[in-house]
Amino acid sequence: MRPLLSLGMRTESRWLPYLIVLPALLLTAGILYPFALAGYYSLTDYNLLSPVRNFIGLRNYLDLLRSGEFWRSLGLTLLYAALVVAVEVPLGLGLALLLHLEIRSIRFFRFLFILPLMMPPVVAALMWKIILAENGILNLLLSRAGWDPVPWLANAFSLLSILLIDVWLFTPFCTVILLAGLQSLPKEPFESCQVDGASAWFTFTQLTLPMLKPFLILATLFRAIDSLKMFDLVYATTKGAHSTMLLQLNAYYESFRWYRMGRALAYMMILWLVVYLSSRLLVRSWSRSMRIAAGKPAGEA
Amino acid sequence: MNPKRKRFHRLFSGRKAGVLLGLCGYALFALFPILWVGMMSFKSHRDIVSPTPEILFRPTLENYRAILPRSQEGPHETGRMDFLQCFRNSLRITLGALALSLAVGVPAAYVLARLSFRGKEDIAFLFLSFRFAPEIAVIIPVYLLFKELGLYNTYLGLILVYQLITLPLVVWIARGYFEEISKEVEQAAQLDGYSWWGIFTRVALPLVKPGIASTAVLTFIFAWNNFVFGLILGARETFPGTVATLGFISYESVLWGQMAAATVITILPPLALSIFIQKHLVRGLTLGAVRG
Repeated sequence: MRPLLSLGMRTESRWLPYLIVLPALLLTAGILYPFALAGYYSLTDYNLLSPVRNFIGLRNYLDLLRSGEFWRSLGLTLLYAALVVAVEVPLGLGLALLLHLEIRSIRFFRFLFILPLMMPPVVAALMWKIILAENGILNLLLSRAGWDPVPWLANAFSLLSILLIDVWLFTPFCTVILLAGLQSLPKEPFESCQVDGASAWFTFTQLTLPMLKPFLILATLFRAIDSLKMFDLVYATTKGAHSTMLLQLNAYYESFRWYRMGRALAYMMILWLVVYLSSRLLVRSWSRSMRIAAGKPAGEA
Repeated sequence: MNPKRKRFHRLFSGRKAGVLLGLCGYALFALFPILWVGMMSFKSHRDIVSPTPEILFRPTLENYRAILPRSQEGPHETGRMDFLQCFRNSLRITLGALALSLAVGVPAAYVLARLSFRGKEDIAFLFLSFRFAPEIAVIIPVYLLFKELGLYNTYLGLILVYQLITLPLVVWIARGYFEEISKEVEQAAQLDGYSWWGIFTRVALPLVKPGIASTAVLTFIFAWNNFVFGLILGARETFPGTVATLGFISYESVLWGQMAAATVITILPPLALSIFIQKHLVRGLTLGAVRG
């Protein structure tokens, strides 16, 4: 017998499900249409200052591939995403391990740690801008220790200062996911490890890490994608100056300062491709790790 | 207790101090910027720029007074944004976007959770894919369209474009909650002769109410925190609070105190709301991929 619900709950009409989803789909179309338009415009010389718009094929893309600025921007964006993942996922894991321990007041700490995540990124960036300012508190403390003030957001390493803000803001994101992962793990393997006298390091590397893999991949996925698209933190701090011109900023300036919409959208199509490919890769390894965690062989679809 | 276990316990309590130290250290790192800027918002300009800042200072409301319009003074001085207006804009856009997303997204989520029809997974995935789209790629054509349609710098336009953030959240998280209801309840209602819509509104919806409520709160926070849509698709009249906080930086100077006060006002709603969603947070952040 077919199950009543889920599979074919008797509805008044075959079209009803579509009808209910329709408003949401219309809104979706309202978003997809501009996106398709973006793809098309990237093949034109659309410029807000010029009345005509010509189809120029792949010329925008070829121009980008030949421009040093594009490669610098792409390299910085990839570097930034790699740094974000390399710092935030391990740090998030460390914090999750701490927050997983059963201590009194741990709930209080869990709440405190998550607070930065609730803030608007732009506002978080401004807070750090206040702290990192030339005459800000950090430089003041350094000068007390006999150091010269450092222009944290105006030197060759400004991207690292932005990384610091990113770490402050989004490490809790990884912590929340990994803590949920730790809490979902079965207790028995850990107890038998303990009985057998396995070292903490052995338990961690042979048991905790493999079992957490789906959660680690998920944290990596979200952080990688959001940092490839980073805009807010840079706009609020350096505005792309001092080697922080990430791809989304480049596209923003191409379009809203130089009005070269076609070229800006070529930037964005390439970023979209990078995001799409990396998310495909990560989603695939995530579902593989989920299948392994569920005890099924990896090859099974 | 066997000796190995005892050793484990001793080891653990020996570590306890270290653990607490780590926890407090990170808590300090997480809280310091918030506390420092919060304190700064109550400092006078002289105290802020003083080269020897004091922990003890005479608190003043002058920064808050400066950014909130005083009733007796008529229209605000030109050249600066009315921060209170931008705060109101944030509320309008965020609540409008949330209401629209709930109205169209929750029924869609139920359909995607419970009915089977062709193309279901594709439709569901479509909503998810918005989460991964680079914002500027969508904003540029939307900007061009809105200029043509007269939606640029309007609340309606911003509410529509905010769906990019709010709709995937609502659809995916609500779908997860609907999938968790035991099917027997709905089947029983069906045998009692309820129509599908009746089951949705009278049986399923009341059961997932807490989940939907926390979804709404989280969606509100995400929409509130957005910056780039307002920056490009809005102007002075419709800028949300997040954009207004940048208005205190000009070419010549930064109004540190006023910026701090604006910052505090902008983070208050999300911080206050975050108390209510601790339990549902992980699900919301991962669009239902992790059901903590």
